[in-house]
Formats: sequence, C-alpha cells, structure tokens
Amino acid sequence: MGETNTAVDRLQASFPEAVLEVSVFRAQTTAVVRREDILQIGRFLKEEPDLAFDYLTLLSAVDLYPREPRFEVVYQLYSMKYRHRLRLKVRLPSEDPVVDSVVPLWPTANWHEREAYDLMGIQFKDHPDLRRILLPDDWEGHPLRKDYPLLGPSRAA
Amino acid sequence: MKSQGERREMYEPRTETLMLNVGPHHPSTHGVLRLVVELDGEYVVNLTPHLGYLHSGFEKLAESKTYHQYIPVTDRLDYMAGSYNNFGYCLAVEKLLDIELPPRGQYIRVLMGELTRIFSHLLWLGTHAVDLGALTPVFYMVGREREQIMNLFEMVSGGRLFQTYFRIGGVAADLPEGFVEKVREFVSTFPYKVDDYEALLTKNPIWMERGVGVGVLSRKDAIALGASGPVARASGLAWDLRKAHPYSSYDHFDFSIPVFHEGDVYSRYLVRIEEMRQSARIVQQVLDRLPDGPVSADAPKVVPPPKEMTLTRIESLIHHFLIMEEGFKPPVGEVYMSVESPHGELGFYIVSDGGPKPYRLKIRPPCFVNLQSLATMARGRLLSDLIAILTSIDIVLAEIDR
Repeated sequence: MGETNTAVDRLQASFPEAVLEVSVFRAQTTAVVRREDILQIGRFLKEEPDLAFDYLTLLSAVDLYPREPRFEVVYQLYSMKYRHRLRLKVRLPSEDPVVDSVVPLWPTANWHEREAYDLMGIQFKDHPDLRRILLPDDWEGHPLRKDYPLLGPSRAA
Repeated sequence: MKSQGERREMYEPRTETLMLNVGPHHPSTHGVLRLVVELDGEYVVNLTPHLGYLHSGFEKLAESKTYHQYIPVTDRLDYMAGSYNNFGYCLAVEKLLDIELPPRGQYIRVLMGELTRIFSHLLWLGTHAVDLGALTPVFYMVGREREQIMNLFEMVSGGRLFQTYFRIGGVAADLPEGFVEKVREFVSTFPYKVDDYEALLTKNPIWMERGVGVGVLSRKDAIALGASGPVARASGLAWDLRKAHPYSSYDHFDFSIPVFHEGDVYSRYLVRIEEMRQSARIVQQVLDRLPDGPVSADAPKVVPPPKEMTLTRIESLIHHFLIMEEGFKPPVGEVYMSVESPHGELGFYIVSDGGPKPYRLKIRPPCFVNLQSLATMARGRLLSDLIAILTSIDIVLAEIDR
C-alpha cells in the first residue's frame, strides 16, 4: 500500500500534467491519467527498477452512460518483484472511444483488449488483432454498454 | 509429354502448411473450445483459439441482480471450484463494505476452499491422465475420492457440485454435526491416496515421455502473458496469493508453495500433486484449531438475522425483509479483490454507485488468461503434444467464456 503511493508520487513527479486525479478507497490507489500518455506512463511504471509493474492483472472498461467522458478503461497492475498493486484509468469520450493498445508492454493485454472491444466497443489503436473474442463476428452492438437493449439487439426501442 | 524438369517440379515436395480445425467438440477441450491449428506435417506452426461458445453474459447479469443474488451465479463460473468462486466474490463485496468475518467463519471458508482445491485438482488429474492414455487412474480420483468430497459438500450445503454455501459477511449456516469428524476421516487417508496416484503416474516412462520438456513456458513468458496459479508456479514463479497477500486467515496456517522451474506439462502435474497434499495439510490444521463463536460478521445491515430472531422480533423481521427484498447499499467506490483459486488468480473488480446492485462487475478469470499462453507453449510441438499441453493448463470453458 505504502509502496503503491510511492509509485503515484513518482508518477506525479515525472508526469505532472498527465496524472489527472488520484484517489484511495479501501487502501487501493487509483490514478486517472491522460489517455494520450498511457503508453508512456505504462512503460515508465513497468521499466523503472523500483516500481517494476511487470504484470497486468486485468484490463477492462466501465460505461458511465449518460455521463461524459463516457468510458473508463481500467488497468490493474501488479509487480511480481515488490508485490504491490496500482490501478490506472483512462477516460474516453463517447464519440471517440479510442486508446493506445498496451500489448507492446504487456502481451497479456491482447485478449483483455479484444474482450473490452467486443463487449464495450472500445477501440485499441495498433492492437495486433482486434477482433471480437466472445461474441460471433457478425454480432451487432456491444452488450456491456449501459444503453444496450437487455432483450437483445432486435428488441431495441 | 512433359520434360524431365517439369515433371520433377510437379512431384517436388511442397512446404505448405495445413489448417486443421480442432473442436468445438473435441474430448480434450472438456467443454466447447475451437482451435484452428496451422500444421507443418505434424508440427504446430501456430494456433488460434476461438472462444465464446458458452458465453452467457455473467458480467451483464450482475448489473441486474443484488449483491446477494449474484452468489449462485459465481458457482457456475468455474463449476469445478464452486466454493472458491463464492470465496472470491464474497471477499470482494466484503472489501467494498469494509467488513470482516469472525475467526470461525474465516476458518470454515478456508476449509471449504481447500476441499474445493483438492476436488478441482482431482478431476483435472483424472481427465488429464485419460487424455494422455492412462485410463484407469480416473476411476480412483473421480469415482472414489471426489465422491467422498462431494458427500462432504452435500452434508454442509445440500449441493454436491454447486455449494453456494458462502454468504456476504459469512456462511449460510454453521457446520453440521459430525462434519468435522467426516472431514478428519477424509484428510487422514487422503495423502496416502495421493501417494497411490503418484505410484501409478510419476515415474511411469510413458507419462514422463508425454510430459517432460513438452509445452515449455518460460518464467519471462509466464509473467508477460499473465499466467497465474499452477501454470505460473510450474514456470518458476514462486507466487501464490494465499502467501503473497493472505486473506481469510491463510497466514495462520503452515503450508508450502510447490514451485518447479521447467515450465513443462510434467511440472504442472507435479505442482498440482503437491498442492493437493498441501491443501490436505491446511484442512488438517483448520480442523485442529477451529475456533468457537459466530460464523457471520456482526453487520446487521448486510447479514440477515438468524431465523429464530425473525420469528420473534419485529426489528429482525424488518431487517431480513429489507436485506432480501431491496438488498444492502455499499458506499460509492470501486475495489479489486483476488484469491488464489485452483486455476490461478481469480479476481473481482466491482464498481459501486451506491445502489443495491453492482454498477459494473468485472471478473478476472484465471483460465481465460492462462489459455492465452497456449500458442506460446504449443508452437513447434507435435499435434498430439498440443492435447497434452491444452489439458495441462486445466481450463474450464464456462469461466473462460462467462
């Protein structure tokens, strides 16, 4: 926990403009960062020897409809060496839900990003293989969005 | 007439790869998984898994159920380890609510969790052996020991496969009379049973031939691809959430984490064999030290009052009604909580908007992430090795597709 805060301090010192917001809830730290800097920040967190966030536990997206910016992409990071966690977030507007893919940093993000694309409709720029992963290729819409009709696309109001 | 040169060209062996479709219904997938394998002769050049045949919208479903109502759904996630999914989910919601169980409740959860781990590993071992051609061990593992565990589960919760025994803030009821003795009986003989399995398999030349050096995942790749659980520990990653971030009193028990460095099919087998012994050790310790006291947290807004109280006190009746009808309302916030399920890191990321239902619930499924390393493990191996590698990951498709 304390160490994660060091990570946030380091992050704020190195990217004063890119870290938009830091919050702590139930001893878990979340940092909201600017979306254009996600790759740079990810590389910093992964490669700095005293942070070493080499393991991406989870990548997912949250739909805040009808609020704007509508989407949040969540990165749950972990360090195998120091055993600490940090949650990063990027906010995306509804008309342009695009963020850089983090596959070059954490190859495990590949399927997570495909899932976020499939179910939430987030576009990951420069993803090596951005296809639907759980739903059929010809599926319409993204079911985890809050405005998705619960009875299926054919029952849309 | 064709010239000599032209004819030679016609019969020149071609180096063209073959696309082979494995599944969706293939016995080795133990579920519905389709693999499109690119083969050069019998060697795997590349493979692409196609998922989603069992997709049932578990995460979307959470958004229209109260926190309590979602517990039975988590059982169905990884149906080989029902209680462990309950465990992860309940801990995540408890983290959100900031409540903690009394010692007896925590110990009972550990007891159920470790029995579940043995239960899951047994089925894995049995089916893995069948896939590699050893047809008899499965009868001992699935037919004998697993049956005993299912009887124990039935005794405690009424459910044999889906226990749904955990509740937010506790467990459904205290352990039934005679249960502790039955579990004691089981764990006192179980380590010898594991010795029997090992006698059948561990030094068996065919078993070793199929496993040693097959499907190697390096430590570096394991981290990069997000592998967890026995797959990661067979690749030299000494990392188990029960030790690294102890939850539910796991730090009270003495057990070790088996780690192997070869990263092959055989190491994954050895890890799980040893984990079963360690789980039996933990169960033994729980039984020896099981404290007295309540099994549920003292949180009247979350944990329903005991039945006798609802029948005699109007306040308890109202509480019960409100919790069941409306659900409790955790504060606005978000938590990520993960546990070491038999398959690896099972995590729940819950976003609460202050309402009685999760605003967003994301499951971090260990099998989904572990399956991603299949292509890395299988490249350059024979097609028959692919089957051994696939089952050595121990996937449960219901959890992968959710």
